[in-house]
Amino acid sequence: MQKRSIVPIVYILFLMLPIYWLVAMSFKTTNEILSGFSLFPQTFTLDNYKTIFTDPSWYWGYINSILYVSINTVISIAVALPAAYAFSRYRFLGDKQLFFWLLTNRMAPAAVFALPFFQLYSAVELFDTHLAVALAHCLFNIPLAVWILEGFMGGVPKELDETAFVDGYSFPRFFATIFVPSIKAGVGVAAFFCFMFSWVELLLAKTLTAVAAKPIAATMTKTASSAGYELGLLAAAGTLTIIPGAIVIWFVRNYIAKGFAMGRV
Amino acid sequence: MKTENQKAWFFVLPVLALVAFNALIPMMTVVNYSVQETFGDNVFFWQGLDWFQQILRSDRFHAALGRQFMFTFLILIIEVPLGIAIALSMPRKGFWVPVCLVLMALPMLIPWNVVGAMWNIFTLPDIGLLGYFLNHVLGISYDMTQDPVAAWVTIVTMDVWHWTSLVVLLAYAGLVSIPDAYYQAAKIDGASNWAVFRFIQLPKMKTVLTIAILLRFMDSFNIYTEPFVLTGGGPGNSTTLLSIDLVKIALGQFDLGPAAAMSLIYFAITLLVSWLFYTLMTKDDLN
Amino acid sequence: MAKITLSKLRHSYLSTPKSDSDYALKEIDLDWTDGGAYALLGPSGCGKSTLLNIISGLLVPSEGKILFDGKDVTALPPDQRNIAQVFQFPVIYDTMTVYDNLAFPLRNRGRDEATVHQRVMAIAEMLEVTEMLEQKAAGLSPDNKQKISMGRGLVREDVNVVMFDEPLTVIDPHLKWKLRSKLKELHQRVKATMIYVTHDQTEALTFADQVVVMQLGEVVQIGTPVELFERPAHTFVGHFIGSPGMNILPCELQHGAAVFAGQQIMLEGPIQGAAEGQTEIGIRPEFVSLAGHGLPATVTKVSDIGRHTVVECEAGGCRINAVTEGAAPEKGSAVHLAFRQDMTRLYVDGWLATAPANATGEQGAA
Repeated sequence: MQKRSIVPIVYILFLMLPIYWLVAMSFKTTNEILSGFSLFPQTFTLDNYKTIFTDPSWYWGYINSILYVSINTVISIAVALPAAYAFSRYRFLGDKQLFFWLLTNRMAPAAVFALPFFQLYSAVELFDTHLAVALAHCLFNIPLAVWILEGFMGGVPKELDETAFVDGYSFPRFFATIFVPSIKAGVGVAAFFCFMFSWVELLLAKTLTAVAAKPIAATMTKTASSAGYELGLLAAAGTLTIIPGAIVIWFVRNYIAKGFAMGRV
Repeated sequence: MKTENQKAWFFVLPVLALVAFNALIPMMTVVNYSVQETFGDNVFFWQGLDWFQQILRSDRFHAALGRQFMFTFLILIIEVPLGIAIALSMPRKGFWVPVCLVLMALPMLIPWNVVGAMWNIFTLPDIGLLGYFLNHVLGISYDMTQDPVAAWVTIVTMDVWHWTSLVVLLAYAGLVSIPDAYYQAAKIDGASNWAVFRFIQLPKMKTVLTIAILLRFMDSFNIYTEPFVLTGGGPGNSTTLLSIDLVKIALGQFDLGPAAAMSLIYFAITLLVSWLFYTLMTKDDLN
Repeated sequence: MAKITLSKLRHSYLSTPKSDSDYALKEIDLDWTDGGAYALLGPSGCGKSTLLNIISGLLVPSEGKILFDGKDVTALPPDQRNIAQVFQFPVIYDTMTVYDNLAFPLRNRGRDEATVHQRVMAIAEMLEVTEMLEQKAAGLSPDNKQKISMGRGLVREDVNVVMFDEPLTVIDPHLKWKLRSKLKELHQRVKATMIYVTHDQTEALTFADQVVVMQLGEVVQIGTPVELFERPAHTFVGHFIGSPGMNILPCELQHGAAVFAGQQIMLEGPIQGAAEGQTEIGIRPEFVSLAGHGLPATVTKVSDIGRHTVVECEAGGCRINAVTEGAAPEKGSAVHLAFRQDMTRLYVDGWLATAPANATGEQGAA
């Protein structure tokens, strides 16, 4: 152990403290939480989790979130792949302007779009569906996916394309069986970021749903209103929202650093 | 070299359609609202640029904008150097690297309102870990629902907790891409640690740092959910950042015209500052 | 400038090496004389870069010592050894101008600006980069970048040794020879000891006065290019240097004479030592000729390599190459091969086992 490794250790401890507190709270009874400070759960309970897993309004929140996040990831990657290919291989009229315009959509404050989104998706009768949230999240995820994939594709020599065409591959077959597999790390990283930003976003997800597609993060707000302030339940629900992200990031752990480095400015 | 091919547009079409559907139609709605006045029942009156003038002259807007810049400034001045420092002290290879990266990325994967709720629980004066520690162990009076300074310290700390890892990951990605030969050459040239940082590491990190600063600027400037859940903009208006104020006007007071005008001004400022950052940081490359 | 002595040097990347094969470098004793131009030649993974990094101080050897002019420097860090190293990929400081790049090692050592200026200008003139001094180094072409990184090594007057670690890898082929002759010229002007690491025999043989050939962490031979070509001390050297490499033919010893494919082959001279173990005859294709009598063989392939023709033959289950001039035989035809006796060596367990005799002349198999 070197002396300087103290810095990341202290930083990680700082990151883990609030998470620890959330997890610890989720195993406490409401009584224990409100009665005073305790570093560890005194009366260890799984009741909070039991409530979540037995009450459909709770667990459907999770299912809804996972559904629209998955739909969004699939749509984003599917449309971003050919677009990124076009940006990385061809010059065409307005390519640079288009690329920049795509990126500016990441800059629009979600708060700006909340109300118009509500009206737009109500008008096309998609309000309160998973597809609505999935499509809305495309606004910031597609530009990001195009950006990341374009970086990875730039690293694939153009000779690969040419060889395949000389060998008589049609474009779709080349793209699906040769090109995409050769950048699967990039697809993984892009999918990870789409998943992540769709999973953590709440403002639009909440605006576009009411009951049928309500995300878990929005369900959580009900702990404050209906049954008083149930901190234990809130903590348990919060803890459960960390798990999907943790699982996904474990799969791409070896690519994240690289995925970041690939993006170009 | 790229080849000229106008058919490439077909490849871009789906992306264009989806993003345009999400970006242009709502944007037109916003523009539409921003120049009209309504008293309900879908009856609109032409208002011209009045809303814009009103917003630009309003003290409330100035105050929120000031708080927003203050917040973003603090975020950048803390997170960027801190992130670089942490990335520099991380091991370059070995078993601990993926473990560190996964643990560090964890806060970024938590839904934003959960982040707010988590910090709320964490900082409750008598029963939160941090709140209890500050009040009862260190004896510092701390209650962010009462004290604006405490509220500011809390939202800034929360954002540092939430997003510094982004800078760390980006800076780290830049650092590991530096070949060993650079460090060896610097050793032979007798360069000090500072010179290694200044002339090797910093230039090699420049691209990723530009991305980091841009992303941190955009996201901190547009931040809404986390501080809203944590402080609700209070105490008073002390932590009412621009987007919180915007939602208050739009959904709380249902003043759609002013809210729309404010949205556009807000968006314009974000674009302008991003463009400035980008131009400043890449200006050397153009020469 | 200094004489460099490597004494009983061993290095392993493992913390507790057990067998010989755990060592990247196996017991090396070497003297590099002051002002010499050396090449360190060997295939990838033979330990040459390890050796280089030990001399420059980037690595501390597991065992043994490095002496500069008799002074033990084994424990000294690179910046205190007064050495310079040029890497495979050009290392330049992107944000600095060419001038600042060249001045960097001197400024780090606290030289005054007048000295810095005078040295930088002298080196720039030598490298022919004077007109780009004010340019940003990032925008240079790879060969100019590599020149600048050489310049950073040469700019210090007191440099003990300049080391090149495969410096021409990223240079365009047509610029390689230009840079190589520049290097040779620089060596003659600055008279510093230079060590040039490469796996390319042409680079090694054209640059160096003395070539050190390494294989599997061991030095197999040190000698001038001519010595390496004419009397390889080990079959590896014979095979590695030359194109095509030396013919290596397994043989038996009968009453002190070598027998291959039932034919007795005349060797250059008497066999030294016990000659127990695996015995092989070594002869370069350049010294094999097609003759009316001698070792019967079948031609399997004929390739024209410009001025010469390489005739690939098969005899006694072995492939034998002969370099000939003039008309080449048809593929499949039967020929006889004659070996030049003074160039026919015997190797025992890979190592040279014959000593030269006074006898010369061409002799076929009896």
